[in-house]
Amino acid sequence: MTAALSCRAVSRNFGALRAVDHVDLAVRPGARHALIGPNGAGKTTLFRLITGLLRVTDGQIELDGRDITRLSEVRRARLGIGQTLQHASLFASMTAAQNVALAVRRHERGVIPVVPVAERAVWTRVEALLAEVGLAGRGAVTAAALSHGERKQLEIALALACRPRLLLMDEPAAGMSTAERVALATLVRSLPESMTVLFVEHDLDLVFDLASDVTVLSLGRVLLSGTPEEVRSSPEVRQAYLGSTRDEPLFLPRAPGDADVSAG
Amino acid sequence: MITSPAHTGRYLAVAAVVVLAAAPFFLAPYATTTLTRMLVFALLAASLDLLVGVTGLPSLGHAAYFGVGAYAAAWFTKNVSATGPLPLLIALAAGGAAAAASGWVAVRTAGVFFLMLTLAIGEIVAQAAETWESVTGGSNGLYGVPATRIADTPLGVAGVYWYVLAAFLLGFLVLWLVSRSPFGAALRGIRDNEPRMRALGYPTRGYKYLAFVLAGAIAGLAGGLLATQQRLVTPADLGFTTAALALLAVIIGGAGSLWGPCLGAALVITVRDVIGPDLGGHGPLLLGLVFILVVYLLPRGAAGLRLPHRPARTRPVDREPEQVGQP
Repeated sequence: MTAALSCRAVSRNFGALRAVDHVDLAVRPGARHALIGPNGAGKTTLFRLITGLLRVTDGQIELDGRDITRLSEVRRARLGIGQTLQHASLFASMTAAQNVALAVRRHERGVIPVVPVAERAVWTRVEALLAEVGLAGRGAVTAAALSHGERKQLEIALALACRPRLLLMDEPAAGMSTAERVALATLVRSLPESMTVLFVEHDLDLVFDLASDVTVLSLGRVLLSGTPEEVRSSPEVRQAYLGSTRDEPLFLPRAPGDADVSAG
Repeated sequence: MITSPAHTGRYLAVAAVVVLAAAPFFLAPYATTTLTRMLVFALLAASLDLLVGVTGLPSLGHAAYFGVGAYAAAWFTKNVSATGPLPLLIALAAGGAAAAASGWVAVRTAGVFFLMLTLAIGEIVAQAAETWESVTGGSNGLYGVPATRIADTPLGVAGVYWYVLAAFLLGFLVLWLVSRSPFGAALRGIRDNEPRMRALGYPTRGYKYLAFVLAGAIAGLAGGLLATQQRLVTPADLGFTTAALALLAVIIGGAGSLWGPCLGAALVITVRDVIGPDLGGHGPLLLGLVFILVVYLLPRGAAGLRLPHRPARTRPVDREPEQVGQP
C-alpha cells in the first residue's frame, strides 16, 4: 500500500545546524499519526518541509506516491495538504465566517470570481464547517475578538474547508482548556477515514488517546516509530524525554489547562 | 445580513450622486471647475486605495499611471480625435498597460522594498515625461489640448464637469464592485495574512498583480480626466508630489473604504487649490498640519474604517531554527 505521505532521508540545515537529519517517515492512509519529541527536536521544521514553507536540503517527500519535493506551497495545498498552525494564523480583521469563506471559495471554485456567483452555496458550507468545529453562532465575530481556543478551532475549520487528503496539525491543543481539548479529540475522531492526519502535540495524554501511530523525534532524528504501546514502553524514548532511565512513570497526567507555551 | 446601516449607506450614496449631478446649477463656474478637479483626484485616490487599503500594498508611484493616462489622453486628443469618450478609453488602456509592465516586478516585493520600487517607477516615468520631448513636450508639457467633443459639440465648464462625473462614477463603481466581490475578499485576505493565503492554496502574487493592473488602469482613467479638464499636462502632474498627495488623501480619508479617500481627496484639493493660494504658498504646510492632526485624532481616517491590519508575524522566516536543547 502506498503511504499517504512518505519522507525519505529528509534533511534541512539552518547554517551549521542540522534541524532535521535524514528523517524517514511513512504515514499510512487514514492514520492518526502523532509526531512527538522534546523542544528543538525538529517537529515544526519537518512540518514546514512537508507543507512547502521550507525547502529540504536533502531527501524526498511524496504525497500518495507523487514526488512533491520541488512543488511550491501553493501547489501542495492544491494537491490536498491542509494545515493548522501552532499559533493561530488568521485574517484578523475579518469575521470567523469570512475567514472560512476564503478557504471554501478557493477549494470549491479554484479561480476566484470578480462577480459573486453561487455565494449561497459557499456560505452554507461555511455554516456547516463552523458548526463542525464547535463555532456555531460565532460566525459574525471578528477573528481578533475570538478567544484563544476559538481561534484554534477556527484554524481547523480553515484547514477542513480545503477537504485535505492530508491534514497537518501543529500543536492543535496548545493553550486550550480541558473542555476544549475534549472537544478537539472528539472532532479529530469524527474526521472521515479517508483523511490522513499527522499532528504534533505536547499533551501526551491526548497523543495516546488519539494516535494510531507515533513517531518520536529527537535532535532532528527519528528515535522510534511505532504503535503508541511500543513508544510508551521504550527506554530510549524515556531517555530522550527525561534524560534518565530510572523506572518511573514516563507520562505524567497533566494538570487541567496546563498550557504549553514553551515550544519554539 | 442586510441591516439598516447598509440601507443608510445606500441612501447617502444616492443623495451624494444627486447633489453632485445638480452642482453646476447652483455653483459658480470657478467652483464647478474646483469640484471637477476634486472628482479627478478622488478617482486617483480611490484607485490607490484598492492597493493600499484593500490589498495592503502602499505604493509611492501611483501617480505614474495617472500621468501615463493623462499624457496618452492629451496626445490622442491633440493628434487623433477629441471625441469623447475615446481619449478616456485610451487613458484607461495606457494606465493599465504601464501598470502591467511595471507591476510584474513590483508585486514580487513587499513592505519597504515595495515602497522603494514603486517610488523608483514613479520617478522613472516622471523623468521620461521630462526628456521625451517629441511626444510629451518635455518640461513645457503637452499644451493646447483641444476641448473634448461630444456629438460634435465642444464641452463647456458644466459639460466637462458632467463628463468627469460620469467617468468618476463608472470608475468608482468598478472599484467598489471589485472590492466587495469574492476577489476583493481574497485581496483583503492577502492584506491581513499573506502566508496564510498561500497555505490555503492562493497564488497570492497573481492576485496582487491583477489588483495592481486594475488600480493602474483606473488611475490612467483619472489621468485622462485630468487632461480633459486642464487641457494641459505637465511633468508636475505625475511627480512624487502627486503620488504623495494621493497617499495623503487615502490616509486622511480612511484606507480600505474607497469612499473615505474620495473625501480625503476633496480635502486635499480644498487646502491646496482653495485655501492654499490665500496663504501665500503655504498650502503644503497646512496639508502637513492636517495630516498630523488626522493621524493623531482619527487613526482610522475620516471614514472611521480600519487601516490595513497587520497582525504580528506568526510564521518565522526561513533562517530561524527551532529552539534547541531545551528538554
